Amino acid sequence: MKIHIRGGRVIDPANNIDQVCDLFVDDSRIVDPQLARGDFTADQIIDATGKVVCPGLVDLQARLREPGEEHKATMQSELSAAVAGGVTSVCVPPDTNPVIDTPAMVHMMRQRGRRIEKARVYPLGALTIGLKGEQLTDMATLRDAGCTALSNVDRSIDNTLVMRRAMQYASTFDLTVFLTALDPWLKGNGCVHEGEVSTRLGLPAIPEAAEVVALARELALIETTGARGHITQLSCARSVDKIAEAKARGLNVTAAVSAHHLHLSEKDIGEFDTRCHVMPPLRSVADRDALREGLATGVIDAICSDHQPHGLDAKLAPFSESAPGIAGLETLLPLTLKLVDEKVISLLDAISRVTIQPARILGIDVGQLTPDAPADICIFDPETTWQVDATGLKSQGSNTPFDQLLLNGSLITALVSGKIRHGE
Amino acid sequence: MLPETVDPPFRSIQVDDTGCLTHFLTIEGLGREQLIGILDTAKEFVPPPGDSPNKSSALLAGHTVVNLFFEDSTRTRTTFEIAGKRLGAEVISLNTARLSTHKGESVLDTVRTLEAMDTNIFVVRDSASGTAHLIAKHVPADVHIINAGDGRHAHPTQAMLDMFTIREHKGDISKLRFAIVGDILHSRVARSQIHALNTLGAKEVRVIAPATLLPTEIESLGVSALTNLDAGLENIDVVMMLRLQLERMEGQLIPSTQEYFRCYGMTMERLNRAAPEAVVMHPGPMNRGLEIASNVADSERSLILSQVTNGIAVRMAIMAQLVQGGLKGGRQ
Repeated sequence: MKIHIRGGRVIDPANNIDQVCDLFVDDSRIVDPQLARGDFTADQIIDATGKVVCPGLVDLQARLREPGEEHKATMQSELSAAVAGGVTSVCVPPDTNPVIDTPAMVHMMRQRGRRIEKARVYPLGALTIGLKGEQLTDMATLRDAGCTALSNVDRSIDNTLVMRRAMQYASTFDLTVFLTALDPWLKGNGCVHEGEVSTRLGLPAIPEAAEVVALARELALIETTGARGHITQLSCARSVDKIAEAKARGLNVTAAVSAHHLHLSEKDIGEFDTRCHVMPPLRSVADRDALREGLATGVIDAICSDHQPHGLDAKLAPFSESAPGIAGLETLLPLTLKLVDEKVISLLDAISRVTIQPARILGIDVGQLTPDAPADICIFDPETTWQVDATGLKSQGSNTPFDQLLLNGSLITALVSGKIRHGE
Repeated sequence: MLPETVDPPFRSIQVDDTGCLTHFLTIEGLGREQLIGILDTAKEFVPPPGDSPNKSSALLAGHTVVNLFFEDSTRTRTTFEIAGKRLGAEVISLNTARLSTHKGESVLDTVRTLEAMDTNIFVVRDSASGTAHLIAKHVPADVHIINAGDGRHAHPTQAMLDMFTIREHKGDISKLRFAIVGDILHSRVARSQIHALNTLGAKEVRVIAPATLLPTEIESLGVSALTNLDAGLENIDVVMMLRLQLERMEGQLIPSTQEYFRCYGMTMERLNRAAPEAVVMHPGPMNRGLEIASNVADSERSLILSQVTNGIAVRMAIMAQLVQGGLKGGRQ
């Protein structure tokens, strides 16, 4: 099928394009507009006048809950939520049940994703068998099955030697290692940032050192092994400094931040609002501002949703016993655009942090509108406001603190591989 | 950035649309007049010396009070029972160990079950911070929640009875200096005392503990934090000791009980460093010889037993005011 997207403001950060022009799709790929001029007869014309046309979003961290926690959500529901939010590629951490530590699991995840025909699914492979932090997985086999990166998610690898070897071995096969920087002992049973709010509410706290100490270890190992590392989420100012320093020294490291950490702080917890229970925890206002600054200066490469849908009961508990996480797929784009309204970054830059930047981190060829690239496209209206309705989300999870908030940027259409997967 | 979290003072869920107190969850956010109102009402419930307590009050006649204690307590539960009965209410006490919410019945399920039996007041204690708030958010408007201690967060009725006892023995709180000594980190009592003392205009509030037991940014609550007890007691009029919960110490927060007593135990010699006629308080139960020497606990300068007695009157006042309404006006 040939599609002609007409008159939109095309924003393609990978090619530094921001101009009103037409975009052509032939079958599953982007067509060079020079070539399309002559004999391109569209089967469908999409009028994008007044809209922004950009690459489909690439989310570096989203839990789909399948397999293992289908009572919370399914790939069907969450991949529908993804495209409804303009997210056309979803990177899935390996902490499913069973864990993604075998090629069979990788194949299963990818196949199931393909059959649903919504967003693309990129499963991360486990770094260690069963995420136990003891024995390395068959990394070359996982790579051949389709993994471009590996992760031990939030299960810390306590034995530093195991971590070092995991990095060495992963780098042998050109695999990126996704790292969660959180020291398990300093985290303990903590559930909020150690600071004013933990003191006021008497909640078990997680000092920023829990992140900074772990980050220092991982950076030292990245430096000495030459591995390519990606820090999945930063939460505090000192981590931004550490990444900046590491990058200045030429380390092969990238970092992401969740959309909610760029907008919320510990203060939003108010009187025990469990919707703001996330991991890593929301930290101080100064930390949030430093994360924004880090994003603006490029120290932080990408924004992720850290999507974690939950059933209703998960948040109806005393704060420390409630499940951490936000259902964030559908608010990733508007919250990213909000940073533009708040003058944190330019629109071109904002879009790059949710498209080409995460695609590069993952080493995949999406996130761009380059001729011949896969036609994953997101068309949204930057002017229309949209009121978040938690219970009306496509995601099975309605756990969002952004409920009832007015956000700019409603999604009109999402195309994956040249096919309309959301909107019309 | 969330719509409902406009910077303080945000409207607390313990206050209704008209500014009346509908639950008693925390001292934080309450106004001076509200606290004084409770303390003055409590005075009326203290039996005159020599008299037997007035058991015929019918303020809560026809009301049901459920003491829902997910965490063990004898003293607090008993005083709430007596307080409810003296006001003519029917009182039921449930001491029920709570399973983790993911297994078995959740806190809210338990509350809903009891609510169906026409309960008017729930007195809730739990080991997790925020449980009373959670319940208050999910009960109908005519059901009142009293927080009898939630995790490390708040124990507002204890703080109110402490304020009552201080006013009774030492007079105007705004003329006095206070030191709260011990495990500040885990103490809901300390947090509520700090809010109450500051709201009532205490001249100075110090918290004194080793660094392992001092929460970060405790100064943001309006106190000064010190680690040296001997120096910290200077000019102090009221010393408020806290119970050290040994099971929480894990061998790391304090190295040993001997060393703790040596550095932070309240002895007569230490008490003499405070202002002349300084008094000592303790929310109980005490660890004698650990945080407080017996001769201090039993001395004339100890207010510990009158704290217990006053607990009943103060809790009666809070129950009565919640049901009658009329505690208007928050912090401006």
